Amino acid sequence: MDFRLSEEQEAFLDSVRAFAREHVEPGVLERDRAGTWDWDVWKQVAGFGLTGLPVPQEYGGSGADVLTTGLAMEGLAYGGRDAGLNLSLGAHLTIGAMPIALHGNEEQKQRWLPKLAAGETVGAFAITEPDAGSDTASMKTRAELHGDTYVLNGTKTFITNGSLAEVVTVIARTDPEAPAGQAFTAFLVEKGTPGFEVSKELKKLGNRTSPTVELSLDDVEVHTSQILGDVGSALWKIGFECFDWERTVMIASAVGSMQRDLEESVRYAKEREAFGKPIGRFGAIQHKIAQMRLRLEIARLLQRQAAWMKDEGIEHSTEAAMAKAYIGEAGVESALDAIQLHGGWGYVDEFHVERSLRDAKLAGIGGGTTEIQEMIIARTLLG
Amino acid sequence: MKVVVPVKRTPDTAGEKVIDADSLTVDREAGESVLCPVNEFSIEEAVRLKEKHGAEVTVLVVGPEEAQPTVRKALSYGLDAGLQITDEAIAGSDALGTARVIAAALEATEFDLVVFGGQSTDARTSLVPAAVAELLGLPSLTYTRYLEVDGETITVHREHEEGWDVVTASLPAVVSVVEAINEPRYPSFKGIMAAKSKPLETKSLADLGVSADEVGAGAASATMYEFAPRPPKEAGTVIEDDGSGAAAAQLADWLVEKKFV
Repeated sequence: MDFRLSEEQEAFLDSVRAFAREHVEPGVLERDRAGTWDWDVWKQVAGFGLTGLPVPQEYGGSGADVLTTGLAMEGLAYGGRDAGLNLSLGAHLTIGAMPIALHGNEEQKQRWLPKLAAGETVGAFAITEPDAGSDTASMKTRAELHGDTYVLNGTKTFITNGSLAEVVTVIARTDPEAPAGQAFTAFLVEKGTPGFEVSKELKKLGNRTSPTVELSLDDVEVHTSQILGDVGSALWKIGFECFDWERTVMIASAVGSMQRDLEESVRYAKEREAFGKPIGRFGAIQHKIAQMRLRLEIARLLQRQAAWMKDEGIEHSTEAAMAKAYIGEAGVESALDAIQLHGGWGYVDEFHVERSLRDAKLAGIGGGTTEIQEMIIARTLLG
Repeated sequence: MKVVVPVKRTPDTAGEKVIDADSLTVDREAGESVLCPVNEFSIEEAVRLKEKHGAEVTVLVVGPEEAQPTVRKALSYGLDAGLQITDEAIAGSDALGTARVIAAALEATEFDLVVFGGQSTDARTSLVPAAVAELLGLPSLTYTRYLEVDGETITVHREHEEGWDVVTASLPAVVSVVEAINEPRYPSFKGIMAAKSKPLETKSLADLGVSADEVGAGAASATMYEFAPRPPKEAGTVIEDDGSGAAAAQLADWLVEKKFV
């Protein structure tokens, strides 16, 4: 058994960390305060090759595997400390570009993948609805066939990058009677299509540098050539696969920020003195540092295991669920420890760790809540 | 256009450097070795020549077998091929000895331009680029903060205390760059993966026709007699502001005295 990364993966992780420290971290505090998306930072990320990382090389990407894509997320979060950027990049890659790479026909791939890989547009995926989150099969958006055109009606919400994307993969019910596995279809809906609009910008607790919106579809006409994959099979073939990407790759962002917060906390514990000695000499602080390290190590092992299994084609739904369930909670715990350890400075934004807490909370909600992950884990045991 | 970028493997700048008491040379086993940070600038300039003129860039390193990761690292920025000169007899070479090896390697290679870093982070002599140019009888363009190639001509901005001079030379030529010349990029995943399969040639002194007597510690024209650890940092000058404005004048005097202004 070998837990080591390859030399190339190590080199890449180092490179991403250094890149992010230089090009992403500066200004992150101000961007979070303003809650703004920054195209300049995105262009830097694109120029560095991250926006096409797992996209096949023939479509302008780098053809990286799942584990390496996770490493990029980890390194970017570690060096950049901009969880919103990580969220947008993660969504762009895993639920924006990859569904097209994996399920698109040649024409769709030629049309969208080079643009997405180059970061000229940002990818987005719309499945969640105001009344259908983790229970995706209850979604109400309808697509009715009229000749060679589908007419879509409904509302999608919590759509990461929804206001940036030139094309959004929208999941809609095409068969009102069929069971979930045969009822939903994915459509590549282009920005500017009449009736397809951003109906609301959502203000979030954290990840504020990433835009999250509600999208409304009001008699949106979509040609059958814009169907992604097969009619009826979108939920299981594309939707669940997207959740899998989120559980194996996007959670690596949390691992990166847990490591950075740990390192900053260790530094602070060594420098900050109380009662004549560094606070790191106190048992209460050591306990926090040790727990943060422990959580980081477990989080990283779970994430990399799930990513590795996905690369190897090994069934990993339980492992991915465990990784997500654990990281969703551990990230919050460690951010709370980092804040407590920093005392008053931890509670104000300039020491960055209060942002970590706000950012970390998302991992237990988006892409399937912790409770859903626990349900998946328990089902494998209880049937 | 063919460009050669000589790079150096140096002790990690972030780590503590250790001098071996017997050989009086840097103990390269004591800490991690890295691609010398100044080479990031010379490599970046070469990559830009590649992008602009389609230059073919070879990275050249003089060093033991363990220096191979340095070549791969350099290649990961997008360079085309690697050439490593390895020979036990090279160990302990001073700047001139190193320059002899590099010059001999260049003589056996087709090139139009050699792009050096300005000053390695370990020895800090800045001598090698000019020595190589002298040995090859080529124009030497040091302290380059801007360069442009047009056909057979190279024009550089050569930095000095009061600004820069515009210097023109014909190719082939040898330049060394300062850090102001560009903002280096980081190796991308594509670059790192491609570096694995780039050609890497290894040559010995015999391959280059260099006698072992001309290089190494024995041939060094500089001799190290002793060394001492850097003295601990002294406490700085503290100027306190009593509200009268005197502190500002004191600060200005201090800046003038230290020639900062």
